[in-house]
Amino acid sequence: MSQHDNEMHSAVVSPQGIWWKPANKQEMLWVKVAFAWCMVLFISMPFWHFKGGQNPTGVRGRTTPAAYNERATRFIEQYKVGEEKGIPVVAPPAGSEVYMIGRMWSWTPILKLKKDAEYMLHLSSLDLNHGFSLFPVNANFQVVPGYDYALKVVPNKSGEFKIICNEFCGIGHHLMVGKVIVED
Amino acid sequence: MNSLVNNLANRFRTCPVTGLKVDKSAENLIKVNAVVAVVCLLIGAIAAIGLVFTRWQAFHILPADWYYRFLTLHGLNMLIFFIIFFEMAVLYFASTVVLSSRQPAPKLGWLAFGLMMVGMVMVNAMVLTGKADVLFTSYVPLKADPLYYLGIILFAVGALIVVSLFFASLVVAKREKTYTGSIPLVTFGGLTAAIIAVITLLHGAAIYIPTFLWSLGLIELDPGIYRLIFWGLGHCSQQINVAAMVSIWYLLAGLTVGGVVLNEKISRAAFVLYIGFISMASAHHLLVDPEFGPGWKIWNTSYAMYLAVLASMVHGFTVPAGIEIGQRLRGHTNGLFDWLRKAPWGDPGFSGMALSIVIFGFMGGITGVTLGTEQINMIAHNTMRIPGHFHVTVVGGTALAFMAVTYYVLPLIFQKRVSFWKLAKIQPYLFGGGIATMAVGMIFQGIFGVPRRHWDITFKNAPFNVEFHPSVEIFQAVMGIGGTIAAIGALAFIAIAVASVFFGKTITADDLKNGASGLPQGVLKLPPQVYSGANVAAVHEAGAKGTMVLVFIFLAAFVLYFFVNWKILSFIWKIG
Ligand code: HEM
Ligand SMILES: [Cu+2]
Ligand SMILES: [Cu+2]
Repeated sequence: MSQHDNEMHSAVVSPQGIWWKPANKQEMLWVKVAFAWCMVLFISMPFWHFKGGQNPTGVRGRTTPAAYNERATRFIEQYKVGEEKGIPVVAPPAGSEVYMIGRMWSWTPILKLKKDAEYMLHLSSLDLNHGFSLFPVNANFQVVPGYDYALKVVPNKSGEFKIICNEFCGIGHHLMVGKVIVED
Repeated sequence: MNSLVNNLANRFRTCPVTGLKVDKSAENLIKVNAVVAVVCLLIGAIAAIGLVFTRWQAFHILPADWYYRFLTLHGLNMLIFFIIFFEMAVLYFASTVVLSSRQPAPKLGWLAFGLMMVGMVMVNAMVLTGKADVLFTSYVPLKADPLYYLGIILFAVGALIVVSLFFASLVVAKREKTYTGSIPLVTFGGLTAAIIAVITLLHGAAIYIPTFLWSLGLIELDPGIYRLIFWGLGHCSQQINVAAMVSIWYLLAGLTVGGVVLNEKISRAAFVLYIGFISMASAHHLLVDPEFGPGWKIWNTSYAMYLAVLASMVHGFTVPAGIEIGQRLRGHTNGLFDWLRKAPWGDPGFSGMALSIVIFGFMGGITGVTLGTEQINMIAHNTMRIPGHFHVTVVGGTALAFMAVTYYVLPLIFQKRVSFWKLAKIQPYLFGGGIATMAVGMIFQGIFGVPRRHWDITFKNAPFNVEFHPSVEIFQAVMGIGGTIAAIGALAFIAIAVASVFFGKTITADDLKNGASGLPQGVLKLPPQVYSGANVAAVHEAGAKGTMVLVFIFLAAFVLYFFVNWKILSFIWKIG
């Protein structure tokens, strides 16, 4: 007792009559399984917001390059502890707001952070798009001029980390490397 | 109306293989668009060789400025010009040839082609003279010469005209009753692609016209909003590619092995799902961007709870299952996989399609959904995992499907035997195998944090050095070798296509009878396109057991890859 017709055709043939017919068991099974998997894919994201420790939510706001530069410069002056290769080294206290400037082609300042302490890391650019890629953690964020992206971060390892720019930002793009030091 | 049709009768020829009526003016438009597509592929492939041997730091052949210039050139000529010119040919084919209909306005078709040519030449001239070192994304405020943006606009206007002609052809075919019943699935897929193309080109206008004005200093443009609307264009256009590719899968399944449509309702519904959700696709490019919050990101990156992914998973079942049923109806009924073993693996139309399905599904689909997960994107954004991913979607999937269908377009449309037939038989394996290998090399580099779009990951002159894991060197070699094989595969394809079109032997009736070389199996002996009889219902009812096994293996791989990525994510710094 088949529900199927005695005719089948390829995809270059015009179907005649009504083609709205029930699918066979296997097709329906696969559609249902695929749908269920899609729901798992979907639920995983809100789930991680509640249970997971890594989310790109942050606090996001508009800014201007001038305003951001002004705020970041104040931050640098406040917590500056030294200089390396002409770039200020800054050691902010745990729990503070931290500002990272991306510009063609440097990351300023060099940060000295404490392991397991929490910081609010602000990212913005003074000129083009840049890419914040924390190495070797492999955490990546887009740095867009005019937007202040503040992410709560908690370093879970001590050591020396680098910031690679991974968004094309002109001919000096591959020279744009910054540094983050995390101490125990 | 009938007299008009009669007057047009001498515009048509009847295809000796398929019996379809072919409008010669449409045929010419198919030819020119396909030929220019191949020229753009050549430019892109030459640039690709430069890129591969620059990214592979053991060679590092290009200076920095030329690396970024070649990157721009490669992205534009491959992703935009090659793909879209080819799609124009597909649209003409799916409307006029498949429906045996006439092309309603050939002059407009030529105007569109002219605009697209002018646009393409302008853009390439700007890039090669160093006036547009902005990569194909041209993120504002990175600025190119205004003529660059104007070139893109002209190209897009031309494409929009062709899409309109496609709709017009459907109307004409319906009115002139060139077919009975509903449009075939292949045309329905083409229709899907065309509708998506309209949405895409509207986004294109919304972003390139303001950017053109901005480049002239007339208006201001926000970099964040640019990214949103650019990807409205950029990703929607990928959905055109997917719809066109899937249509070609269905087409080739029929032509090569008499693959059937299991269920018109399911396949058509899956195409409709593509249309419903594509505008949301911009989001997965902005998952670690500061413009939007998690609610917006989750809803949009999932295309409304992954219904577009569901559509691809459905096609990923129905196409191979249709092939399996077709093969079973033709007598390959033993066991689970006899239909696969007995498939025409020496027919590049078949092997190209089969590899395209496997590469797109197993590699492209799984990596894409995983990378497009809001949180997992943090460990992938702008690393080499991204080019790794899209070279197994739009290249190993779409471009390879386009190559595969070319082996049927050459005899059916150009009426030529395929030149270098021995080479043609292995070309899909070279290109598909090479691209898949290259992508694996790229993906593993990305997992170790190697950035995309980067001239020098040894950071020789940078203020601080970055030392990648030693295995990165191995994966660079994997990428380099795979990329070289893929480039050879692409050049082989170009050589075959050019030689066949310009120097190939025109097919004669004897060729068809005697099985001359250079003719794919489906052209020599077209398998049945309609099956009827008592055993049809029985075979359909028994179903596609082999495909069931394959799709559940696919699902297992998908689940594994997805959760491994969550695990890797859970090890990194707390971020919130
Ligand atoms: C012929 C074989 C091909 C090879 C060997 C190849 C290789 C490459 C390489 C090495 C890159 C540079 C990645 C980086 O440095 O960030 C790249 C980028 C790219 N490729 Fe291909 N590719 C090939 C074919 C294609 C095709 C057919 C398409 C499109 C249909 C394509 C689309 C792209 C795009 C969009 C980019 C990104 C450009 C950018 O980042 O701005 N490729 N490819
Ligand atoms: Cu940068
Ligand atoms: Cu950069």
